[in-house]
Amino acid sequence: MSENILVVTEHLQGRVLDITYVMLAGARRLAEQTGGKVIAVLLGYKAQFLTQDFGADKVHSYDRPSLEHFSPDAYLRVLEAEINAEQPRAVLLGHTTIGMDAASGLSARLHLPLVSQAQRFDGSNFVSQICGGKIMAEGPLPEPTALVTMVPGGYRPEDGQGRNPPILEKQAPGLEGMRVRLSHFIEPEAGDVDIAKESVLVSVGRGLQNQNDLELVERLAKDLRGTVSASRPLVDKGWLPTSRLVGKSGKAVKPKMYLALGISGAPEHVEAVTGSNLIVAVNTDPNAPIFNVAKYGVVMDMYELIQALSNALEQEAHAA
Amino acid sequence: MNIIVPVKMVPDLVEELTIDPGGAALDTAWMRLILNEFDDHAIEQAILLKERVGGLVTVIAPEAADVDDALFTAAAKGADRLIKLTGETGSINSHALARALAAVIQTETPDLILTGVQAHNDLDGQVGPLLAESLSMPYVGYVSSVKIENRMATVKKEYPGGLLAEFMVELPAVLGIQASDEPPRYVAFTKVRQAMQATKIEEQDIGELDISGSAAVSRMFQPEVKERAEMLEGDSDAVAARLVEIMQEYGVL
Repeated sequence: MSENILVVTEHLQGRVLDITYVMLAGARRLAEQTGGKVIAVLLGYKAQFLTQDFGADKVHSYDRPSLEHFSPDAYLRVLEAEINAEQPRAVLLGHTTIGMDAASGLSARLHLPLVSQAQRFDGSNFVSQICGGKIMAEGPLPEPTALVTMVPGGYRPEDGQGRNPPILEKQAPGLEGMRVRLSHFIEPEAGDVDIAKESVLVSVGRGLQNQNDLELVERLAKDLRGTVSASRPLVDKGWLPTSRLVGKSGKAVKPKMYLALGISGAPEHVEAVTGSNLIVAVNTDPNAPIFNVAKYGVVMDMYELIQALSNALEQEAHAA
Repeated sequence: MNIIVPVKMVPDLVEELTIDPGGAALDTAWMRLILNEFDDHAIEQAILLKERVGGLVTVIAPEAADVDDALFTAAAKGADRLIKLTGETGSINSHALARALAAVIQTETPDLILTGVQAHNDLDGQVGPLLAESLSMPYVGYVSSVKIENRMATVKKEYPGGLLAEFMVELPAVLGIQASDEPPRYVAFTKVRQAMQATKIEEQDIGELDISGSAAVSRMFQPEVKERAEMLEGDSDAVAARLVEIMQEYGVL
């Protein structure tokens, strides 16, 4: 049993994902409490260059061709060996498409307690963000080794950066007999606008009642010389293509203005819009979390606001 | 194709959530529950597969307010069997639910288990991967497309930035569904009523609840807001006029 904190670092197609630095920052806070070290665990192939700016005391590197890309089965087997060998105080994984595939399986396999959706640590307590960002749940980090999946928002990625931590090569366990195999990547469809580069986004969510009403939103976007984007529910309904999805599995955006219409502001959405210069949110629910990141907020039915704003823009155009 | 779909009810986030007087749990007295939206996609994906390759779809849920309606709705969409887990389900968590499901599913020899990739109130991990490990099956989550051929599932898994990866998964397997191939179908209430007549909900007692693997919560609270939006008041025309000014100020217009 050690007081060290392991961080299961995440990277995709040769780039480190931001959540890695957020976790390294969180791990540093925990390590200050426990008196242990921060160990970044890297699974990959010829990927050690990625660790140059990791804010870790050392890197445990599992480097082999079969670990080049994420695969749930293989990650489970390697992390099982790493955790058994290290007996750390905590293991931080991303509450992400990568970390979530491994964390619960590890909890069941190693009989270790798991905390999900942790946003930060308060002393040696975890503070998790649940119910779409509406509720925080706090408690002591479970023992002996706590597995933790982390969401962004509690730490700045900059605080998880450092310089050239020493790399320790580790021998991966046998990876034969894997029941899940990557066949290939499918790049996002090109041809549509790149919402990450647009300067005005008119974004719609669950508040949009039916697909035909998209016309109203398109018209408003045109008046604002902007583009229509959406939150997850509308893309899942097939009303807008994935290329217009703002959020965790879509794009992170940074327009001059992000106008959020009928979007409640679940954490997966909010994390992708905080780079916007100006956020204006319109929602009928005064407690919608989107108002916690917006600069200006309006509690109103989005249809009423679209109508009034279209009229005002028209008047403005005539006056000019 | 024997497909099992574990689902659960979660608090409806459209309603206001309150903390109970003990300060460490949600107040359930007035809480409205709805089917976890990812589970709705898992049900749809199961029915789409049944329509394509044939088979039997069983939907399993722990007892909760309005769960019967959710189960009958699944039957109206095309699910064949409905199972309700009864007992101390009020304080169930992901670990306990996965154990209860594993006990039931062990006798069922499924080819495929589809469940929502997550629920917004998961505090101790996700049911899918926990269940996969208990049943010694492989797991892939964040899945938004499933095809079945020759005892293999070909799935698309989502990554950030709109990137997808295609994985081959040996069956039997557990998949965490983010979105079904087609949006969940609408079903008219008359069909749900018919399902209520035609389908029986089987009940299975889960016995003693084992919640180990989770962390104890000592405090729940609403998030402290660092900086809340400046709220624009007045009628829609006044708000719109003010918004135009703001957009000019920020160089948007």
